[in-house]
Amino acid sequence: MTLLELAGVTASYGPVQVIDGVSLSVPEGGSVGILGANGAGKTTTLRAISGTVRTGGRITFDGRDIRGLRPDQVAALGIAHVPEGRGTLGQLSVRENLMVGAYLRKGRQAISADVDYCLDLFPQLQDRVGSRAAALSGGEQQMLAVARAFMAKPKLLLLDEASLGLAPSTAKTVYDAIRRLRRESGIAMVVVEQNANLAFSLVDTATVLETGRNVLTGTSAELKGMDEIRRAYLGG
Amino acid sequence: MGTFIQLVVDGLSTGSIYAALALAIVLVNQATGLINFAQGGMAVLSSYIAYVFVQLGLPLIVAILIAVVLSFFIGALVERFLVRRFERGDPDTAVVVTIGLLTLVTGICAVLWGYNNLGFPSLFPLTSLQILGAVVSVRSLATTVTIVVIMVVLQLLFLRTKLGLALRAVADNPGSAAFSGLPVGRLLMVGWGLAATLGAIAGVLVAPQLTLTPGMLDTALVYALAAVILGGLSSPIGCVVAASAIGVLENLVAVYVPFIGHDLKIAVPFVLIFVILIVRPQGLFGRKVVVRV
Repeated sequence: MTLLELAGVTASYGPVQVIDGVSLSVPEGGSVGILGANGAGKTTTLRAISGTVRTGGRITFDGRDIRGLRPDQVAALGIAHVPEGRGTLGQLSVRENLMVGAYLRKGRQAISADVDYCLDLFPQLQDRVGSRAAALSGGEQQMLAVARAFMAKPKLLLLDEASLGLAPSTAKTVYDAIRRLRRESGIAMVVVEQNANLAFSLVDTATVLETGRNVLTGTSAELKGMDEIRRAYLGG
Repeated sequence: MGTFIQLVVDGLSTGSIYAALALAIVLVNQATGLINFAQGGMAVLSSYIAYVFVQLGLPLIVAILIAVVLSFFIGALVERFLVRRFERGDPDTAVVVTIGLLTLVTGICAVLWGYNNLGFPSLFPLTSLQILGAVVSVRSLATTVTIVVIMVVLQLLFLRTKLGLALRAVADNPGSAAFSGLPVGRLLMVGWGLAATLGAIAGVLVAPQLTLTPGMLDTALVYALAAVILGGLSSPIGCVVAASAIGVLENLVAVYVPFIGHDLKIAVPFVLIFVILIVRPQGLFGRKVVVRV
């Protein structure tokens, strides 16, 4: 059963068209990677899904057309976007960030249980629950961003460069936790990631973008080590 | 000693006016991240609205309630149709827009009701009490108590309710808040609406004392901004304490420091601001805005 389907999606910032007919299909519980060089349109594809950029084409989620919806409406349908950079609310505490993540949910006990789950998933956050997010380290902020997205209990997680700017060991910790999250919750994911090893550790299939178009799609096993992948990553 | 206590009591009374306006400014800032210079002007407009309904023969409390409710919608509409166009851009632009709005609203009030001082009836009795040798007017006392109650309610709203959390989240980062499903536009309207409501309450509380004119709150706005900087933009309690302190201090200094006297007492809060900005830029009660890059 397909959860998310993009067909011929275009997107532009003002007059500049950044993606030009991207297609993508995410099965329920599946994890799909978007690979490509800088400027290939990876982030913009995620933005097209979450409604933060003007788009054309067709985007269906859970059988309904979501193109043109506002970001909060998209979120309400069960799509949580962890944007590139720090997806946290800096002046709010770690706990408050998690509560904002659960804004649309009801059921105090379930929410509180999920806060505990997040702190178990990211033990580094345990001692910092009362600290403001802006005072956390980069790695801790990334963990909080992922945890906050999970608090919405989404059907689909959009993950944009979760390793950006992190030390390799921290990036690995973050990805280990995300893999565990996927295993235990079954949330479907669309993963944009520059680090190929991290990406392939998390996704079943992937598509490679070049100047806003799909040039290659396949399973992780097929794509690993292919020349096109290396070229896409090196931008040549 | 009697004079001293009287000065303190009078200072607290004027301080409560500054506090009321300062609370509205803090509310908008907490809910939208902006400083609304038009807050005073909008509060004056609300007072005129109450005045109109009093003139129509409605009981004062009913007229005030109508004005308070209408003010919520005025605040929300101002956000929706004016401020929203500038929210995404440079915050400085939005601030200048609110200064323009202040001029506009003051002008509208002047066109509709003229510049003559209009008497506004007091919600509280005009009697006074003798406390420790000082004459305390019941009106000032009741105004102060009302302000303190509002302050506590605001603090609870922001720190203990889901709406308060959502308002703070949107003020912190609207784009990021939307990713958690927060209806950003509606929350910004609510924030402005609540602030206008608070401004309306402030306006009708002080209008009997100051008498109603389009520029009724211009001076108070300056003191309120001083209180906000002194107390910290993020702290309702801080700005009320600071506003009271400013009220008391300017009275005491005027009498006990002959060099300053009544002519220079307006300089007192500004000297305080300079000192505070140098020593503790986040305000006495405010939280430091930290950003790690």
